[in-house]
Amino acid sequence: MSYRHEQLSEEKVFKDPVHRYIHVRDRVIWDLIGTPEFQRLRRIKQLGTTYLTFHGAEHSRFSHSLGVYEIVRRIVENFKGKPNWSEDERLLCLCAALLHDLGHGPFSHSFEKVFDLDHEDFTREVVLGDTKVHDILSKVDPNFPQDVADVINKTYPNKLVVSLISSQIDADRMDYLQRDAFFTGVSYGHFDMERILRVMRPMEDQAVIKESGMHAVEDYIMSRYQMYWQVYFHPVTRSAEVILTKILHRAKELFHSDYIFKLAPTHFISFFEKDVSLNDYLKLDENVAFYYFHIWQEEDDQILADLCRRFVDRDLFKYIEFNPGNQYRELMELKDCFMEAGIDPSYYLEVDSSSDLPYDFYRQGEDEERLPILLQMPNGELKELSRQSDIVEAISGKKRTDHKLYFASDLIDQLPEDSDIKRRIREILKG
Amino acid sequence: MLEDHAKLMAFFEQAEEVVGRKRLQKMVYILKKSGFDFSERYSFHFYGPYSEELSTRIEELCNLGFLVEEKEKEKGYYQYRYTLTDQGTSFLDDSKVQAPNMSEMIDKMNQKSSKFLELVSTMLFFDNFPKEEIEQKVLTVKSKQNYTDEDLEEAWLFIDEMKKH
Repeated sequence: MSYRHEQLSEEKVFKDPVHRYIHVRDRVIWDLIGTPEFQRLRRIKQLGTTYLTFHGAEHSRFSHSLGVYEIVRRIVENFKGKPNWSEDERLLCLCAALLHDLGHGPFSHSFEKVFDLDHEDFTREVVLGDTKVHDILSKVDPNFPQDVADVINKTYPNKLVVSLISSQIDADRMDYLQRDAFFTGVSYGHFDMERILRVMRPMEDQAVIKESGMHAVEDYIMSRYQMYWQVYFHPVTRSAEVILTKILHRAKELFHSDYIFKLAPTHFISFFEKDVSLNDYLKLDENVAFYYFHIWQEEDDQILADLCRRFVDRDLFKYIEFNPGNQYRELMELKDCFMEAGIDPSYYLEVDSSSDLPYDFYRQGEDEERLPILLQMPNGELKELSRQSDIVEAISGKKRTDHKLYFASDLIDQLPEDSDIKRRIREILKG
Repeated sequence: MLEDHAKLMAFFEQAEEVVGRKRLQKMVYILKKSGFDFSERYSFHFYGPYSEELSTRIEELCNLGFLVEEKEKEKGYYQYRYTLTDQGTSFLDDSKVQAPNMSEMIDKMNQKSSKFLELVSTMLFFDNFPKEEIEQKVLTVKSKQNYTDEDLEEAWLFIDEMKKH
């Protein structure tokens, strides 16, 4: 039997709190899970700094990746024998689902912002480069790694295959919404996935939903909406992200100004120099990053030491609602006041906007850029979800955005009580 | 602080107006690939490189009153026209962002159709492949656009011109 079709002598299962069991029968999938590149995902948290707000949110990209694989496995099981579906694409879908997040680094969002990196590039490199993952995929077929990379990159010719992993109702989102809800402990984020999977139908360009399943999809969209505002955009998590970003900026700045670190930033050097090899990238996981943050608390540089202490001890910045549209002059003044008070505004004052966050809302197809969720009506006609559902229309039409101003309140408190500058800073912050 | 917003506003100021969401997405992508410093990240969507971050940031700029989005009906379909407001111009002046001159490139892009910009941006998305492979990939992922050899030729010339900047 070819490696592509090789089955394990008996099915392996992983106990999973969201899907109950993750089922593995394909030898290829089992081998991929055992690679060092995939095991590394155990050391990358799915929600980055969210654990500082919701203490349960310690789950990893490893469990999420298994979850996405399991959902796709169930979808393709349901697709078997249906029009527009070819069993030849089955293993490709499973591998792409399992490996779609392979390139995520530690605290991805902040790292990517500061070091101008993109985890999708690294996912591609792991799949196509000199890695164990690549060795396994190549054993299936020499072109198979490229096919997997194309599906993850959304450039694979069969759009139906791509849509299972990347669309507005895909396995990735269906897993992370439920998993994040479970581990954060919030009561929203739950929806009837079993129902959605049962009414999902393969079409030429994407999976669509039978109209009878519309209410289950409404529930899914509502879950997304609530999770974004209640969990993903949580202001305390964003405060931790702001501090983390500042740590990375400060360390980078110190490195470029020839500062001598007590603990040389060996694992960060290629990041600072913008010359990150795949090997460097894979070596820096969250455990390693945390080690540096701990040790850097002892650095002579007061700003780096202070920011690391704040992050480790969860002594976060305070925040207020802020509207740059009519308050930007106050912001300029605030920056000047911080400087005058000896508090570096580059590190202790920040505006954070919802566009800085890596989550998106449900949008109807706009200028044909984003695939909308399509309902298949009883007569076979396809209709965009928000045209059929008042609930979805109500929330997908709202363009709510959010800005907050973060600052080190304790440093302001430490200014002399009778100083004009302290008074003025407080006045501006109180609006 | 808000530098990424300001950089986009500098783009709108130099463009004076941009018509069409797809055109806007592709213009910023082409500028970014030509070395201009935009932080919005793109990934491949159904119809080419697309940035969710850019879409959200545009919504923010509109909500803040820095940018106006007007929906207008054109030959049976809706399109969006974007212009900077006085408040936006004033913010931009105060922000002291040093924006490079993009106006020549913007003018060149504005003379082209959004379908053409879509072709150029898709070619740039695959720019880590050899030329023949790029063409092959573009024709595969965008088979429904029926791009001709002449279109590809014109796009390569356009990319060369952009690179000169």
